Amino acid sequence: MASITLDSLTKSYGQTEVLHHIQGEIQHGEFIVIVGPSGCGKSTLLRMVAGLETVTSGQVSIGDKVINDLEPADRDIAMVFQNYALYPHMSVEQNMAYGLKIRKFPKAEIKRRVEQAADILEIRDYLKRKPRQLSGGQRQRVAMGRAIVRDPQVFLFDEPLSNLDAKLRVQMRLEIRKLQRRLGVTSIYVTHDQVEAMTLGDRLMVLNGGYVEQFGTPIEVYEKPASVFVAGFIGSPSMNFISAQASKGQLTLPDGTTLASNTSANGPVTLGMRPEHLKQHGSGPIQLEVDLPEQLGATTLVHGRISGTELPITASLNGIHAASSGDVLRFDAPVEQMHIFDAQTGKRIE
Amino acid sequence: MVETRPFLTFVTHLVLILGVVMIALPIWITFVAASHDDIRMTQAPIPMLPGGFFWENFKRTLFGSGLAGNEITPVWRMLFNSLVMALAIAGGKIVISLLSAFAIVYFKFPFRMGFFWMIFLTLMLPVEVRILPTFEVVANLGLLNSYWGLSIPLIASATATFMFRQVFLTIPDEMLESARIDGAGPMRFFWDILIPLSRTNIAALFVILFIYGWNQYLWPLLITTDSDMTTIVVSIKQMLEAAEQSPQWNIIMMTAMLAMLPPIIVVIAMQKLFVQGLTETDK
Amino acid sequence: MLSLQIRGDNIIFASPTSFAGSDDPMLKHVHFNKVLLPVLLVAPQILITLVFFMWPAGQALYQSFLIEDAFGLSREFVWFENFQYLWHDEIYLQTFWRTAVFSALVAMLAMSIALILAGFAERVIKGAGAYRTLLIWPYAVAPVLAGALWVFMFNPTLGIFPFLLEKINIDWNHYLNGTQAMGLVVAAAAWKQIAYNFLFYLAAMQSIPKSVVEAAAIDGAGPLRRFWTITLPLVSPTTFFLLVINIVYAFFDTFGIIHAVTQGGPANATTILVYKVYSDGFVGLDLGGSAAQSVVLMFIVILMTVIQFRYVEKKVEY
Ligand SMILES: Nc1ncnc2c1ncn2[C@@H]1O[C@H](COP(=O)(O)OP(=O)(O)O)[C@@H](O)[C@H]1O
Ligand SMILES: [Mg+2]
Repeated sequence: MASITLDSLTKSYGQTEVLHHIQGEIQHGEFIVIVGPSGCGKSTLLRMVAGLETVTSGQVSIGDKVINDLEPADRDIAMVFQNYALYPHMSVEQNMAYGLKIRKFPKAEIKRRVEQAADILEIRDYLKRKPRQLSGGQRQRVAMGRAIVRDPQVFLFDEPLSNLDAKLRVQMRLEIRKLQRRLGVTSIYVTHDQVEAMTLGDRLMVLNGGYVEQFGTPIEVYEKPASVFVAGFIGSPSMNFISAQASKGQLTLPDGTTLASNTSANGPVTLGMRPEHLKQHGSGPIQLEVDLPEQLGATTLVHGRISGTELPITASLNGIHAASSGDVLRFDAPVEQMHIFDAQTGKRIE
Repeated sequence: MVETRPFLTFVTHLVLILGVVMIALPIWITFVAASHDDIRMTQAPIPMLPGGFFWENFKRTLFGSGLAGNEITPVWRMLFNSLVMALAIAGGKIVISLLSAFAIVYFKFPFRMGFFWMIFLTLMLPVEVRILPTFEVVANLGLLNSYWGLSIPLIASATATFMFRQVFLTIPDEMLESARIDGAGPMRFFWDILIPLSRTNIAALFVILFIYGWNQYLWPLLITTDSDMTTIVVSIKQMLEAAEQSPQWNIIMMTAMLAMLPPIIVVIAMQKLFVQGLTETDK
Repeated sequence: MLSLQIRGDNIIFASPTSFAGSDDPMLKHVHFNKVLLPVLLVAPQILITLVFFMWPAGQALYQSFLIEDAFGLSREFVWFENFQYLWHDEIYLQTFWRTAVFSALVAMLAMSIALILAGFAERVIKGAGAYRTLLIWPYAVAPVLAGALWVFMFNPTLGIFPFLLEKINIDWNHYLNGTQAMGLVVAAAAWKQIAYNFLFYLAAMQSIPKSVVEAAAIDGAGPLRRFWTITLPLVSPTTFFLLVINIVYAFFDTFGIIHAVTQGGPANATTILVYKVYSDGFVGLDLGGSAAQSVVLMFIVILMTVIQFRYVEKKVEY
């Protein structure tokens, strides 16, 4: 059983602690995405699981076995790197076979596995080529193939798609997802791209500054972001945040507008509203003075300020919408789609 | 070229041809001298055009005791000694430098930097400044007149170690990481990944070091007293000394030509590698 | 960035920062944590360094404090007497001065000819490769062979040049005339070094962006003027680099040339420092004096290495 347990996992470089007591349980066969801004410690965490970084304190286990001190090769994992890390002097075939060769697999078995993986990834025609003779997408497939042939307990991916162009990225994303479903191998996937995270993960671990902000399914993370950080990071366009005063279930915005809500909080809070959840309504309480409409075709993003203030706010309207600079649009803020956060800690208040 | 003035083009080629002539003249004269008979070469002025004795001189030099009256080792034997020495020096330097660079770049171990600086110090101690005591060491080890003595003391190389260190540092870290996940141990990684990835650097360095080894002079001069162990480059000097009594310039120049030929062929045939080795900069 | 140039076994090498970075840039971030294996890996190199470099250098240092009679029967520890002796030895001081002049001449001659040839070769489009091939091969000629070639061309009785010089009433005999002897070794040494300088100058010139030269041409600068005002300043880092290399070459690598051509003569007219270490030690058997000279040479090498370190790396950036 290839479940993975991270228990109070901590990493320091010298005096600087970059990961703080990371906690998490990953089920067998699950696809976990670690997502967060650049420098938050995603790669470091992944590499600790891989055995490429030492563990400062805490434990990593695969199944029931603590693997802190195991060599990478002995962890039964495979990893796909951002730059693919293919061996440039070996052919595609040799690249895929290398790990098996070292493990002294019989020749016939190596051949069988390489061909099978090549079929799955549709790279059979390139087996004799060197990596430099392949396109980015093909190299990406080879890197995946190298991971697949080993038939490991765990796949680790470190931003494997970030060197591809946008279109290919979408395509490969789908393929990775299908492949993982098909093979049922427990996977950890690192990315800074929230769209990739949302579409790929069974669950997301949102990381910020070396802390886990939230660990949950994409829907949970979207619908019930645990903190201002998660709420702002997940979802596009980004959530609007307005500081407000809460009392007796009512929210008072800085411009004096009052909104009904169901919060039990009292005192200063941060109100979060996703742009797509603002409902245009002729007598809505929120008045948006348009600065700039962005026509995206399917939707129109209206960037502006709350009338009479400098508070920025964005709304997303369906279809093409003729708004121009200076117009004032009015919106309703549906109670069930409000997110209320503690103004100090940024944590969600139910 | 920014402008295409015919006159300028003419001057350009003229100057370059003059340069080539100036550079090549000594070789031409050597070749001419090596193609005449003994008697012609005692008459001034010496000829400027080739004569008909080239192959005869060639055979005499290579197999016979070329210089009349002097029992000297046949030139082929000295060529062989030079070849062994050059290959041993070039190969030895490359092997031990690859190993030390590998250790220094890919391992963390006690006194790592101490070792590094010790290798570095060899830069400051060219053989010319420590000849006498080095000679004594080699004599005490009983290595005089041996291929070991000819090559080993010249094998330590900060140059090559630095170059390989440089090359290794430019190899992406992921190569090692990936190899470790694939289960490769250190020596396996060294053989399977590092050496193939450094191939052209090794070849380029080999070209430079082969020339360096072949052209060694002071060191073989000192430690080979047995004429069977003499290298071709050293023998020239002995012939020049003999020439003061009975000048046989045709044979001397034939020997000089044979001595120059291997490294020149290497430079010209492997020009690209040679230039790369010479100007090895950041890749 | 790091850079590295190799010439024989001499080297102009990496930037100092690469040796002493904060996070040890010489070590891969992910590395092996073994102890025995890496020690075994460096062992051959270290062993050879200790036996054939450190120990002899230490011996030279030690011997430089001794006076030993020619038969090796008695030796006396004399502290710096050998050095003091050198300091007051007219012949040694002359040798020092002569070495400086010799090096300067070789460097100037080899570099200026190489610069001119590279300047023209850079203009050539068709056949540039052929010129390069024809110009670089003397690099492969051993110094002693270069000496042999030149001494033959200038052989007073047979050589072609004395024969020609006689026609303009110059009597050539480098076995008797010290100035002529010096001229001959300088010519032979420079001849051999042109190839190296040429390659570096050519590389430097080829890396000057075309647009710079074209801009100057549009500004109305003719070819000669462009060479002086654009090319020359832009290759000045290379010039400085080559200056150091050429001086090191003239100091240490010309032993074979001098040994073959003049053996330091006539009357020491071509004895340079390296040659004197050899002749005093191996021929004259003055061990202490020769060792002291070795130590002085070591200091010169160290000095040059430091100069290479401190200045060359910073300035040579093509
Ligand atoms: N070798 C190292 N030494 C010191 N700090 C490091 C090292 N590697 C990474 N870090 C620091 O650890 C933090 C996390 O890095 P990383 O895991 O690479 O981030 P991410 O992959 O999320 O972009 C960063 O602040 C980075 O500066
Ligand atoms: Mg990362």
